Amino acid sequence: MGKSMYAIEVEKLTKIYGKGETAVTAIADATFQVKPGELVAILGPSGSGKTTLLTSIGLINEPTHGKVVIDGAVVADEGWTPGFDLKRMRREKLGFIFQAHNLIPFLSAIENVMIALEINHLSRPDAKSRAIELLTSLNLGHRLNSYPSALSGGEAQRVAIARALANKPKVILADEPTAALDTENGKNVMDLLKKLAVENHSAILVVTHDHRMVEGFDRIFQVSDGRITRES
Amino acid sequence: MNLAIRDIRYHLGRFILTSIGLGLLLGVVMSMGGIYRGLFADALTILNITKADIWVVQQNTNGPFAENSRIPEDIKYRIKAVPGVAEASPLSFQTIQIDRMDKPLRFFLIGYDLNGFGGPPVILAGRDIRQKHYEMVVAKGMNMEIGEKIRLGLHEYSVVGITGKVVSSSGDPAAFVTLADAQDIQFKKDNDAIRNDRERIGANLSSIQALSPSQTKFLQQNIARVTESTHTVNTVVARLAPGANLKDVQERISRWNHYRPISVEEQTRILTKGMIEKARMQLGLFRIILLVISAVIISLIIYTSTLDKIKVIATLKLIGSQNRVIVGMILQQSLLMGIIAYGIGYGLILLTYEKFPRRIVLEPFDLQMLFVIVVAICVIASFVGIRKALKVEPAEALGG
Ligand SMILES: Nc1ncnc2c1ncn2[C@@H]1O[C@H](COP(=O)(O)OP(=O)(O)OP(=O)(O)O)[C@@H](O)[C@H]1O
Ligand SMILES: [Mg+2]
Repeated sequence: MGKSMYAIEVEKLTKIYGKGETAVTAIADATFQVKPGELVAILGPSGSGKTTLLTSIGLINEPTHGKVVIDGAVVADEGWTPGFDLKRMRREKLGFIFQAHNLIPFLSAIENVMIALEINHLSRPDAKSRAIELLTSLNLGHRLNSYPSALSGGEAQRVAIARALANKPKVILADEPTAALDTENGKNVMDLLKKLAVENHSAILVVTHDHRMVEGFDRIFQVSDGRITRES
Repeated sequence: MNLAIRDIRYHLGRFILTSIGLGLLLGVVMSMGGIYRGLFADALTILNITKADIWVVQQNTNGPFAENSRIPEDIKYRIKAVPGVAEASPLSFQTIQIDRMDKPLRFFLIGYDLNGFGGPPVILAGRDIRQKHYEMVVAKGMNMEIGEKIRLGLHEYSVVGITGKVVSSSGDPAAFVTLADAQDIQFKKDNDAIRNDRERIGANLSSIQALSPSQTKFLQQNIARVTESTHTVNTVVARLAPGANLKDVQERISRWNHYRPISVEEQTRILTKGMIEKARMQLGLFRIILLVISAVIISLIIYTSTLDKIKVIATLKLIGSQNRVIVGMILQQSLLMGIIAYGIGYGLILLTYEKFPRRIVLEPFDLQMLFVIVVAICVIASFVGIRKALKVEPAEALGG
């Protein structure tokens, strides 16, 4: 398996929910590649299949047809590659950021970041210093021991970003990361993602509704009715 | 990082309350085990303090505890004369209930021969019985003071000494008096009854034409002496001489045809198997029911707390947690709850067991067994939660 030059390769990716009469084709025949360090925005109306595209690449939803290759590894080809350790791939190569921050409520900010590192076999002291470093760089140095319920929406989202970045993933998948934030905080989060794409050399796919947020992105995919209709 | 403990710490109040509830339940389970052992200990107390090798009772009875047994006191001389018997001493037992300070006082009265054995095992306060009459040594459980007097039968008895925790097989505290006093209390009729008896005997005898008046008078006196005799006991206990053969001694006494010599082992069996078997089964049943209830409660708590954490579990899966991280979190919480509840139950019993109306004996073996059972229940109970958790899809982390 030679090292691919792409972080993400998708070929004729199709996702059909359900069977028979109630079957919904959420993504049809998507084909594209994303290089490391590339920042891609996915735009499209509600129900067009943006989340499905992200979760199919993110090893959360099994693709019905087609091929998904992450960092050179074929994770799905007409269904999951048999015997492939999806969890390991998720914790080593992928980082997720969602509209709702998805932090674990009973862990403090620093612990939410540390858990992602510890399940990836980092020792506790190393996990701790990396978590502090990350959170401090996201201006959360003063909130290390706060629980998610005590954080503002923007702060919580930045903790979620820190967690997604913890293991220096090759691919970051963000589904409307700014939807719950006001414009200013939303802009900040987007700027952060852009900076990280450059610094970490990660491929970043960001789903958004908001056209104003996409300036400075390398590419923009327009999705409608399960198809990538326009790429710019 | 230990997720189980973080979660518990975050929901500390809820966790503590459930643990206390479970702890109470386990405390009851422990106390039932203790009551069962207590029944055993109680049932065997008198057998143990008497330190006899053979209990001679009325033929065809399981006396003197499980069944009534009446034998003449004199038989002690014949038993003492059997080769291999070192000592023999008569004992009388009866349960008495009187009113004391407007409350019923129930106790087990033991009459013993001052020159024999079977008396109070220790004297904690006061002294042993020294007079032939009207003195009494009571068990601590009677809550009586030295010098206190109570009326039993026709006479007043005063407490001269306090002995330790001596109870009857049904758990009533014991009191000791001399054999003669005990016989009086048990058999002696009051004066009216004696007068009535004498008159009836006289009337019966004088209706016999063949008797002369002087014969009638002689007979009347003798019959009265027999009917007024109180020289009956419930058992004669014997100790063997060193090296004597139990079987031989038993066989000799059996040959007299009117008595049954019961060995200590047989007596133990009669007391434990016969008398407390039902209570034991009842307690056993309750314990099983309570343990099943605990198991159901633990399962429910673990299951609902897993349901509460579906989103957390989905998120953990999303960021790539291994299954053991998730299984470990649920299992550890279950075990922690069980172990803490066990500790609470144990602490509770330790603080209260001496105040129970019946004796509670806490056997380390029972407690260890219960601990193992609780741990097993926690492991099994967490399966329902674990099954649910393993089925959670990482996609469930996405929804609102
Ligand atoms: N689990 C599912 N089961 C069945 N149908 C689904 C499921 N998830 C999504 N769909 C359907 O697939 C289509 C695409 O949904 P998806 O969530 O990908 O859209 P989206 O572009 O993310 O929309 P939004 O902007 O509202 O988030 C929709 O028609 C939706 O109803
Ligand atoms: Mg969506």
